[in-house]
Amino acid sequence: MLLKLTFASLYARLLTVSMTVFAISLSLMLYLSVEKLRTSAYTSFTDTISQTDLILGSRTSSIQLLLYSVFRVGNATNNITWESYEEIMNKDEVEWSVPISLGDSHKGFRVMGTNLDFFKRYKYRGGQSIKISEGNYFDDLYDVVLGAAVAEKLKYNIGKSIIVSHGIKSFTDHDDQPFKVSGILEKTGTPVDNTVIVSLEAIEAIHVDWSSGAKIPGQETPIEEIRKMDLSAKNITAAFIGVKSKLTIFKLQRWINEYPEEALTSILPGVALHELWRIIGIVENLLLGISIVVIFTTLIGMSAIIFSSLNERRREMAIWRAMGASPNVIIGILMLEAFIISFLSTLVSSIFLYILLNILQPWIDNTYGILINIELLSFKDLLIFILFIISAMLVSLIPAIRAYWFSINDGMTIKI
Amino acid sequence: MEKSNLNANTIRINSVKFHWSNKNDFKINVPEFNVARGEKVLLLGESGSGKTTLLSLICGFLNPISGDIFLNNETINNLSAREKDQYRCDNIGIIFQQFNLLPYAKVIDNILLPLYFSKTRVQNIKDQKGTAANLCKSLRLPDEVLNMQASKLSVGQQQRVAVARALIGNPPLIIADEPTSALDKSAQSIFLDLMFSQISESHSTLLMVSHDESLSQRFDRVINLDDILKEGD
Repeated sequence: MLLKLTFASLYARLLTVSMTVFAISLSLMLYLSVEKLRTSAYTSFTDTISQTDLILGSRTSSIQLLLYSVFRVGNATNNITWESYEEIMNKDEVEWSVPISLGDSHKGFRVMGTNLDFFKRYKYRGGQSIKISEGNYFDDLYDVVLGAAVAEKLKYNIGKSIIVSHGIKSFTDHDDQPFKVSGILEKTGTPVDNTVIVSLEAIEAIHVDWSSGAKIPGQETPIEEIRKMDLSAKNITAAFIGVKSKLTIFKLQRWINEYPEEALTSILPGVALHELWRIIGIVENLLLGISIVVIFTTLIGMSAIIFSSLNERRREMAIWRAMGASPNVIIGILMLEAFIISFLSTLVSSIFLYILLNILQPWIDNTYGILINIELLSFKDLLIFILFIISAMLVSLIPAIRAYWFSINDGMTIKI
Repeated sequence: MEKSNLNANTIRINSVKFHWSNKNDFKINVPEFNVARGEKVLLLGESGSGKTTLLSLICGFLNPISGDIFLNNETINNLSAREKDQYRCDNIGIIFQQFNLLPYAKVIDNILLPLYFSKTRVQNIKDQKGTAANLCKSLRLPDEVLNMQASKLSVGQQQRVAVARALIGNPPLIIADEPTSALDKSAQSIFLDLMFSQISESHSTLLMVSHDESLSQRFDRVINLDDILKEGD
């Protein structure tokens, strides 16, 4: 009877009630989607590089090494000589390694010199490999492979001739040695998408007439001559290393960090990624905090709506009292209302979230490379819902207690 | 209606004093007031004279500062708040001036509402819906009204539904607070005819307050509120 009449009462105030439910649902949805984005961003982020056991670089901080080697952010302070790299590469523990050479750019996109092993060894999102979507990997000295985002933003096709600039932000171009696009990679959602990839030899080739970061005046070696030169790399910026046995990672890491000939650093990418996330994760926490505040605000809003309806419902309370309802029943009725409203809101917000994610998922994946898993409500979501309903009922205690006092003091004198 | 001795009083009030703690100097003082079982009493008084306060005291919504209120020989002012609520729904049918019903609920649910709170009144009837329908029929409410939303009814119909609700389960006492003031003259007399015949049938006691002296001839006894209230400290 009580439930039936409460429903009838809510139904009679359909417009106000549905607007309340709508408002609460939106804020709940906001919270849930931020939470979802947060966890998905974390997974995508930490999955930027996988199955690489160590990253090798010159002596620097682990986050900086991670930033320039994996995310192409910032610069290396020093290079590693090929001799040191070779010595490490030949250690028993090492199963494979991929050298990379950074420092040049093309229209704001980083140019990375490496060898063909990179396409085989670089894994992301739990072991996915890089795939070529058009054309082929580089074959000729002046071939270049573009990341998906580079090709898309610059609208480049296979065969397009491009010029590499010296340094990251510079007006000096290697315009005497144009490259040709030989292949375009599939989208990965990792920084690879924003990278222009050439061979290590090509990096050497474009720097033939350069010394200490500046072009030697008057010197211009023709391309034909360069092709005949020995272009094996003398320096690299960093290297990805895979070990034969995971048990030897720390031993190898220590060995590299204590390498006497040259100041080197090696990092475990997973650990460094986690450290980096701890820094940028602050933004996510901020978002989360904001959405919690939003939920709290709507809860207070709901309480205010119940509150403002109390005066016009004073009459109703008096009727309940005259029929023998104790003041506790009055509290019960209002709490039941809050329960129904908040319960409906959780249902509606789940539907909203599901629709929103289905619409936004491809776009977020394409634009930010964050893959959001659309799944049924997780245990954590349910827990949040239960907590939400409980707090909704607690908040509604405020108007309920007020109604309690109304109903005790009003008696039969009813102000309308 | 036979008038029985004092022990058969439904309402007995003994030197009851009451004043609101917050409201300036309003106070009432009732040295003695009795209503016999089965009696139909009209209490006349202008608005603001303390009628509603007196009814609230009798219904157990308010507690007297001093003195005793007996209903069916039970002192209700000694009951706990919960017991008072229970006593009220078991023994008293209440009809207000206006807006008696939960506007969003169906008429049938409004009529059956007291039964939700009172087991005593449930025991007095066999078929709840049938009884409600019969009461409506006797009060000349059309059958289809039962399943209508209360707010869809005219004021006159709503007041009659309120009578049906007050009477369901045969509570011994009916308290009516100016039930006709919202009705026009012709509707008033139809309403009172129907209400009186139903109350007589259920042998309930009626205490009704009004400011309208013209209603007097229908009642066993007419009392001026001023006569039972005593000015004083």
